[in-house]
Amino acid sequence: MATKRVAICAVAQHKNDSDLWHKRFQGMLLDVLEELQAQAGFTFDEETGVNTIVSCSDDFFDARTISNNGVTDVLGAQYRGEEKMAQEGLNAVGYAQAVILSGYADLVLVMGHCKESQSESRRMISNMGFDPFYGRAVGLDNLNAAALQARAYMKKAGLTEEQLAGIVVRARQLAARNPYANAREIVEAGKVVASPQLCDPIRQLHAYPVSDGAVGMLLASEERAAEFTDKPVWIAGFANCMDSYFLGDRDLTANFALKQAAGRAYRKAGIADPRKELDLVEVMDAYAYQQPLWLEGLGLCGDGEGARFLDQGGQEKYRVNLSGGMLAGNPVIIAGLYRAAEAALQLKGEAGERQVPDLHRAVAHSTTGAAGQFHSVLILER
Amino acid sequence: MTMQEDHKDCFVLEGKMALPNQNFAGRLGSRFLIAIRDRKKIMGLKCNPCGKTFVPPREYCEKCWTKIADNWVELGTEGELVNFTVVRYGDRHLPKKPPYILGQIRLDGADTPLVHIVEGIDPRDVESGIRVKAVFAEKTTNTIMDIDHFEPV
Ligand SMILES: [Zn+2]
Repeated sequence: MATKRVAICAVAQHKNDSDLWHKRFQGMLLDVLEELQAQAGFTFDEETGVNTIVSCSDDFFDARTISNNGVTDVLGAQYRGEEKMAQEGLNAVGYAQAVILSGYADLVLVMGHCKESQSESRRMISNMGFDPFYGRAVGLDNLNAAALQARAYMKKAGLTEEQLAGIVVRARQLAARNPYANAREIVEAGKVVASPQLCDPIRQLHAYPVSDGAVGMLLASEERAAEFTDKPVWIAGFANCMDSYFLGDRDLTANFALKQAAGRAYRKAGIADPRKELDLVEVMDAYAYQQPLWLEGLGLCGDGEGARFLDQGGQEKYRVNLSGGMLAGNPVIIAGLYRAAEAALQLKGEAGERQVPDLHRAVAHSTTGAAGQFHSVLILER
Repeated sequence: MTMQEDHKDCFVLEGKMALPNQNFAGRLGSRFLIAIRDRKKIMGLKCNPCGKTFVPPREYCEKCWTKIADNWVELGTEGELVNFTVVRYGDRHLPKKPPYILGQIRLDGADTPLVHIVEGIDPRDVESGIRVKAVFAEKTTNTIMDIDHFEPV
């Protein structure tokens, strides 16, 4: 259908860390911007350079309203067009694609940042995402909402403690090869199983570590991509879908929104059967149980088959989260943008020690809202 | 990006966002909360075409877009604990000291479970499927905490 395509020309990631107290998020973004410029050689010239920037940040983590306004200088956005993605950063890529396809701009810089360590408690911040009367009042937050989903899903799929531990062990092994990951220390399965319950059935080591990070990309129209890279990664499809706000309105294990988002993205990319047409998968797994749940939602295995899928080697077959995933530590509002960055690096053949061969098409996934209220799916091709 | 930096003369500024504000409970939300506060009754809104009863209240059925704002039905103050977690961390936004049980309770007559606190049972003994009943708060706050908690029947 599409006669024009949009390319990701360059990606740059700041290393994720649990407490970058000595670095402002502005400084992290500046590092990312400098690296992108070094890679792609773009300018901010009015005629030929970047004139549209899409940022992504969380106002509560930044402790600043309209948090993009405080970082425009280090995005190159001062004196230029700038808009902020309030949803997770993968949607900034989808938005940038729309901006380019519309003809409004032919180059877009996407820049996201978040320092979870700035808050006393990221759970407290997520509590503010609930309505004040029914949700906030009972102390709902992203962790305890996820725990409700985890219990329901473990029961449905027969997902065991050992399988959860296996997901974490594998994530750390892979993260050890990713210089941008946060939690890169190898853990033993026994240590995961023995880690204290945080919010039953989610244990301490089932949860992603508090993380600070920043990540950016340069996107260009098909006409201009070659100016900035000889290895463009093409956006083949993007879609998202929102589910109900109240937890009780949803079947927490049904993946309704993710199935919708994935179906729409696959259609746009001309994918008839994702099980045969995807070579690499990056999912936003904030908690170990989410990895098989989201893989079900992406259609890589059937409903309730996520646990069996793990035992059957599904993670290796589809090269799931070779970056270590969010479990290895990315901040919440840009963890999906990191997924897209890792998928793009793999397709470019620039993933260093974690590089795998024979890649043609990859999917990057993200979610926001308690227990996966909202999902986004991006299909990338070489 | 990974090099060691000198942190001499580096400091952080402590901050605290405290922003007094108001939220209108909504026309339906006000009626729902007043019923709990003054009459110890929990009300739902029913979509007749879908045969589905929602709680908390909302004006439209999200599935079929039928306006349900006037179709109040009285729910039971008892129901089934359909799912739960045990909160074991302490945070300032939590209404209780850990450990405590946060559950999804499907009230009799409702289709959508409500999230609330479950007391009166040891976190080690709790399981999905048990019957629980609402215990109403003595001191009211005009939130869902006018139900203080649920406990086993
Ligand atoms: Zn309806």
